[in-house]
Amino acid sequence: MKPDEQCCLGVESTADDFGVGIATFKGDILANASSGYVPEEGGIHPREAARHHAEAADKVLAEALSTAGVKTKDLKLIAFAQGPGLGPCLRTGATVARALASYLDIPLVGVNHSVAHIEIGRLQTGAVDPVTLYVSGGNTLVSAFDAARYRIFGETLDIALGNCLDVFAREAGLKHKKGMPLGAALERLAADGEKLVSLPYVVKGMDISLSGLLTAATTLLHKDEYRLEDLSYSLQEHAFAMVTEVTERALAHTEKHEVLLTGGVAANKRLQEMLRSVAEEHDTKFNVVPRQFATDNGAMIAWTGVLAYTHGLATPVKESFVKLRWRLDKVDVPWIK
Amino acid sequence: MDKVDPQTLLKKGAEASLFLKSWHGRKVIVKTRFPKRYRPTELDAKIRSYRTAHEPQLMHEAKRAGVPTPTIFLVDTKNAAITMEFVEGKQLKQVLPHIPRKEQQELCAEIGVLIGKMHRSGVVHGDLTTSNMILTEEGKIFLVDFGLGEKNREVEARGVDLHLMKRALQSTHYQFAEDCFKHVLKGYASVLGEDAEKVFEKIREIERRGRYVDERKQAN
Ligand SMILES: Nc1ncnc2c1ncn2[C@@H]1O[C@H](COP(=O)(O)OP(=O)(O)O)[C@@H](O)[C@H]1O
Ligand SMILES: [Mg+2]
Repeated sequence: MKPDEQCCLGVESTADDFGVGIATFKGDILANASSGYVPEEGGIHPREAARHHAEAADKVLAEALSTAGVKTKDLKLIAFAQGPGLGPCLRTGATVARALASYLDIPLVGVNHSVAHIEIGRLQTGAVDPVTLYVSGGNTLVSAFDAARYRIFGETLDIALGNCLDVFAREAGLKHKKGMPLGAALERLAADGEKLVSLPYVVKGMDISLSGLLTAATTLLHKDEYRLEDLSYSLQEHAFAMVTEVTERALAHTEKHEVLLTGGVAANKRLQEMLRSVAEEHDTKFNVVPRQFATDNGAMIAWTGVLAYTHGLATPVKESFVKLRWRLDKVDVPWIK
Repeated sequence: MDKVDPQTLLKKGAEASLFLKSWHGRKVIVKTRFPKRYRPTELDAKIRSYRTAHEPQLMHEAKRAGVPTPTIFLVDTKNAAITMEFVEGKQLKQVLPHIPRKEQQELCAEIGVLIGKMHRSGVVHGDLTTSNMILTEEGKIFLVDFGLGEKNREVEARGVDLHLMKRALQSTHYQFAEDCFKHVLKGYASVLGEDAEKVFEKIREIERRGRYVDERKQAN
């Protein structure tokens, strides 16, 4: 880092990952450290995850600072994910961020987690004004900028895409391991699928519904009639085709010239392939967030904090309460014209 | 001299291309759903032929219930092509922003009435947007694009249908979405009476389902 370059430290803790990232005001990512909570069994237990975050905080912070080669006194800004997310997890991150900001006596800025996924994608890929498909464990939405905000054109009517894949994988007996999320394990199995099993395909306008698909796939799984590879493949093909179809609709509707794929599920190669195909068909540029910034991470929070702060936004401590259901289209993004 | 191809591409949407043609002396639209490379061929074929077969049926049902829809002339499920009446007019999406508030409200109330009649006949549309509504010279509103619709009388399906309308207004006409949607609901209630209230409650439930609301006030 150059002397007196301004830096922002960002804290992410909306769900099962606790992340700390450091970004310069110019948009260089200097560090992106994280620690993931791996449940003993089943899905995320918010309180257990929050306990993990509280215990991991010191170590992750220290790692980020040392990777970046930054001293705490060099920090100019603290950003944190203020929502949406799981209450106990969000509160843990917010507490860490507030403590840092008041100890260092520097400004605090709360950022929207969904906005951050879009912003890190734009920063890393150079996309300017894309139609974004944001797919993760807790979110599935199609968005594009128009008049001061990221508007939501479509989303899931029930469960998120990542959640759908994870629940199926767990039902199939796959285990969440460090460095190998359930979705990745499922992707591997699906790659060996040969037979497409017919499953529900539900698109409503630019919204989708995944719960019927999940139920049908899980029911077939327990009937033991099909190879797990074929079911995994079929689940992915149906679910990914649905999100691709609504992204295409939004693309035709908004007439934008870029597509951006972001969020944890963006790491899936087959999903990338489908979206690339649609983007090409519409003569638009396809962008996908790099893998290390696909899952929840602190760097995206730090960078979005920079954008917000340099455009006049800050969050006084007394307004820094977490917002569990803070929707993307409720957030002004004054840095986009 | 060779005759030029007597069909012109009218619109290329996300799903289908629409050609304007002359057929037995009348102007018709041929809506063709082309294959999508991104999904497996068998899935793609299934989706296209399903929608091609359903769209005309639903349009027909809606028309019987008093909702203007194009008359269907030919259905070719093999090539996923529907030949239908050409409705001369403008997309509501293009009209709505340029008229006085009062007229917006009247049009929206009329849309609500049409949705109400359609729901009462057991049809949900599946893609209620102002692009899928055509306003004619005489002031009649035609509904098109029933490919994502279904025969469904459940409150849930009706709620989703209206929810889609609301969100389409919010994302495309955010300047006056609230007011427009209020009038859509007013028109809807004038047709469905007490049943409308159950649907409105369902819309609120859909919005509460987690991803649709900003932070709820913490109840203590
Ligand atoms: N019968 C018709 N007559 C005139 N215009 C039509 C007719 N059907 C569709 N359109 C116009 O073409 C557009 C696209 O048709 P639509 O059926 O909605 O296909 P898509 O699935 O591509 O949206 C509509 O928004 C409407 O403006
Ligand atoms: Mg349409």
